[in-house]
Amino acid sequence: MPRDYSLLGPDAERAVTDGLVTEAWYRTPIDRKTMKSLMKRADQPAVRDTMILFGCMILFAGIAVALMPSWWSAPFWLAYGVFYGSAMDSRWHECGHGTAFKTRWMNKIVYHIASFCMIRDPYCWKFSHARHHSDTIIVGRDPEVAIMRPVVALKMMANLFGIMDAIDGVRRMAVHGAGRILPDEADYMEEVFFPKTILTARVWLAIYGATIAAALIYQSWIPLLLIGLPRLYGAWHMVLCGWLQHGGLADNVLDHRLNCRTVYMNPVSRFLYWNMNYHVEHHMFPLVPYYRLPDLHEACKFDFPAPNTSFADGYAEMLPALWRQRKEPDFHLRRPLPETATPYHDGPRAQAA
Amino acid sequence: MAEWIDACSADDIDAEDVIRFDNGGRTFIIVRDHEDNYYCTDGLCTHEEIHLSDGLVVENTIECPKHSSIFNLANGEVETPPACENLHTYPTRVEDGRVFVEI
Repeated sequence: MPRDYSLLGPDAERAVTDGLVTEAWYRTPIDRKTMKSLMKRADQPAVRDTMILFGCMILFAGIAVALMPSWWSAPFWLAYGVFYGSAMDSRWHECGHGTAFKTRWMNKIVYHIASFCMIRDPYCWKFSHARHHSDTIIVGRDPEVAIMRPVVALKMMANLFGIMDAIDGVRRMAVHGAGRILPDEADYMEEVFFPKTILTARVWLAIYGATIAAALIYQSWIPLLLIGLPRLYGAWHMVLCGWLQHGGLADNVLDHRLNCRTVYMNPVSRFLYWNMNYHVEHHMFPLVPYYRLPDLHEACKFDFPAPNTSFADGYAEMLPALWRQRKEPDFHLRRPLPETATPYHDGPRAQAA
Repeated sequence: MAEWIDACSADDIDAEDVIRFDNGGRTFIIVRDHEDNYYCTDGLCTHEEIHLSDGLVVENTIECPKHSSIFNLANGEVETPPACENLHTYPTRVEDGRVFVEI
């Protein structure tokens, strides 16, 4: 069946009439006491991680600038880029949920810095991500579907360098800067935030303008390598992790075990990605902070499909499915559940089929 | 007309926790904060009608379990979006170890 991912198209209407826009998502039963302890916030883990993150960024950028124009600066730019173009994605995400820090203003500051790095308006994307959690991979409802079907390999390759996302971010920033909000944004965002979005875009445009001006005045790439371009050359880690979240799995279902993937990852990737490799867990219980997700994973194991054991294992499962989805958009993976699990809750569309 | 209803025992709720209370076809939450104050509000988030009884109580606020909207329990005001509409609150009192709410 063809899919129209536009939020204002026929699939959006069909999702509503088919009963896919609902709160009736499956949730693994976990007793209140355990859940309460898992949701508990602390400042310490995120303060430590944020100091490491910004410390590394300053260090790598400093060495890279000092070594310019030598090519020896390249690995340091690449390292800086991964912190800017990939780690900032997970900071944007976790602080947007308000779960990283216990102290609210800390979440807010890191959220705004990360939003700037990712070229994502902090207000639009707050609502966009809320919709992503309400209607995860529901075609026509979810504004954050990373891999649309039929899969277009070239588009995915371009996004490995953040190209499609950055173009979209800059386009939206320009539209907002001109004082307008796009129709899809108006579909999920509260009008009261429009002025804040417009003001944010104008401030950001001024920062990017000043960066470009500095590059021209000093005839140097350094300002652009520090601000803006890392969104492209440092995006690869975010994209490689992000594809695994939902790639090759079901759409239009009401069970996160069917449309999300949990993958064990190495400690460096988990630091950069802030444990979002526990993605089924995160979608089912979004109030659990990133540093408690491994514990939540243990508590949910009896009810979840087996996690992928590594990046390589995840890709070995996902890539053949994506390849097949180029020609067969209805194909998706359905992983076996352990005997202790509640059966999958496919939702109304699967029942009607 | 609003009337005082015996909702639960004060001990039914741990400190900084919440329980769901259904009455007359409506759903509410009863919350005990960190200083043993009790509150009653509508039970569904004003953003997307999620049951707040699965949410997180921190001091005198409750956070929606799905989208992290935060409401002040004393006056129902939204402190953090995406919710934009305040939560309706109801008078609450504790008598002889029982929590009464006027709904």
